[in-house]
Amino acid sequence: MAELNSLYREVILDHFKCPRGKKMIECPDVTFEGYNPVCGDEVKIAIKIQDGFIQDVAVNSIGCAISVAAGSMLAELLPGKSLAEAEELGKAFEGLLKGEIEGLPEDIGDLESLEGVSRFPVRVKCAMLAWKTIQHAVGLLKEGTPSKERISTEDATTEASRSEAGAEKHNGANHVC
Amino acid sequence: MTTAIQTLGASLRKDFPIFSRKVHGKRVVYLDNAATTQKPLSVIEALSRYYSTMNANVHRGIHTLAEEATGAYEGARKAVARFLGARPEEVVFTKNATEAINFVALGWARHRLKRGDAIVLTEMEHHANLVPWILLAREIGLELRYIPIDAEGKLRLETLAKLIDHKVRLVALVHASNVLGTINPVEAVIEEAKKVGAKVLVDAAQSLPHLRVNVRALDCDFLAFSAHKMLGPTGVGVLYGKMDALEETVPVLGGGEMIERVTYDSVTFNQIPWRFEAGTPNIADVIAFLPALAYLESLDSKTSIQHEQNLSQAAIEALERMGFRVLGPKAPNERVGVVSWTSEFAHPHDTATILDQFGVAVRAGHHCAQPLMHKLGLAATTRASFYIYNDMDDVEMLIEALKEVRSYFG
Repeated sequence: MAELNSLYREVILDHFKCPRGKKMIECPDVTFEGYNPVCGDEVKIAIKIQDGFIQDVAVNSIGCAISVAAGSMLAELLPGKSLAEAEELGKAFEGLLKGEIEGLPEDIGDLESLEGVSRFPVRVKCAMLAWKTIQHAVGLLKEGTPSKERISTEDATTEASRSEAGAEKHNGANHVC
Repeated sequence: MTTAIQTLGASLRKDFPIFSRKVHGKRVVYLDNAATTQKPLSVIEALSRYYSTMNANVHRGIHTLAEEATGAYEGARKAVARFLGARPEEVVFTKNATEAINFVALGWARHRLKRGDAIVLTEMEHHANLVPWILLAREIGLELRYIPIDAEGKLRLETLAKLIDHKVRLVALVHASNVLGTINPVEAVIEEAKKVGAKVLVDAAQSLPHLRVNVRALDCDFLAFSAHKMLGPTGVGVLYGKMDALEETVPVLGGGEMIERVTYDSVTFNQIPWRFEAGTPNIADVIAFLPALAYLESLDSKTSIQHEQNLSQAAIEALERMGFRVLGPKAPNERVGVVSWTSEFAHPHDTATILDQFGVAVRAGHHCAQPLMHKLGLAATTRASFYIYNDMDDVEMLIEALKEVRSYFG
């Protein structure tokens, strides 16, 4: 079961069992919810920034080992980074999942352990969920005003789910303090 | 009975070419039959034979090929009718069960129901028998009511009398749940619906592959199912409708085949059932559904369901011993061969990935029944679904692979 060992490495299982960043942040600058309709996985992201640098990240996931571990690793890596640096890291991570392991940045940390996912194409979306969600949140922070609260790995948000997301906004899912 | 059961399982697998291939170096243990079943050689050959020997469009041609294709296509309709205990003109070919249900929603309910009328569904519906009604309810202002389920995932029949009152015009319910495995006592629901004159649509996509249904005896008004879940090709569904119900139904799709006379500003329709089959139908796949039905008819359906229930029971006992929580009815005879489970330690997607490395194909996710999952407080389950060609070796391989899941996550 060498293939399985390359997918479920110790470090991934550790992040899955004890996810970092699983917490609430008081008055985050942006909150964002990601959803994978194929499997029902969900991730809630909250980010606090100060002087253009990410100060704190909360990642609350409901999902498989791969999606929870990826979110946990990002929560560990992002604090201290500028929005541009966060995007760079995300780009490198996307490349890693496509099997591009040349030229990885030194600060990719535990994310490198998710390299094995590239050999399981149906699981790439799991690994991408948290990053895709953070990417949207970072995009909103750069624009200034959050306009969307919920994204889907299928990029096909229907009218119904948009209005649902709108309802969540009133419930405080998208506070901008 | 035991001897009969021994003729199922591995001895049938030789009829299915796919079982000669390997996945990750292992034999295929196919336990995703509720999603789609594998196809016997006779079905695959019928597809090829049609294209090789009689390919032509149906109903319109005068030439020999067209005549043969039409004969085979209409022959399949007769075979389906016989299988259901219906008349051929009560059998409408669609592309799948979903389309069949949509035809009832858009062709019948949309024109016969008015604001304030109610439709009764169950809490265990597949999106196929849920979303069409939500859309219609939104469009014309209908009330949707749901027959609740109990802790075992069975319908709470004591609620029927109250739920099905004079406002109810249609009861649309699933015969067997694709998540819980529950076989619903549709007869009791139909009896209650008749009391108020409501029509009944049965979603038989998960039941007909396992249980023989006689629509006349059942006395439902509509029944929908898909060929690909019962050995047939993809792209073929069936809408059975009682003649009076089909007469109340308007065609949802317009085009060739479904007309009698067309002018620049008017149209009259072809007879039932052809008026519901606009455009060139899925001729090849409909014709190839015939050997699938013949294959099922060559087996004793009571023995088959008993076989699947035995496999389910063995799987359920092993799963529970290993600490997994199995959904659905406790009594084996109250379910089809569908077994869904959850666990505290392993997510269904991880479970399915690990099982796949053992050649074991299962389903992980919400199974197109999100409201049910929400009601159960779950995001996803892992599901194994058994069919006639599975056997105890398959169950053992499933359990063996689950031990690996435990070793990673337990």
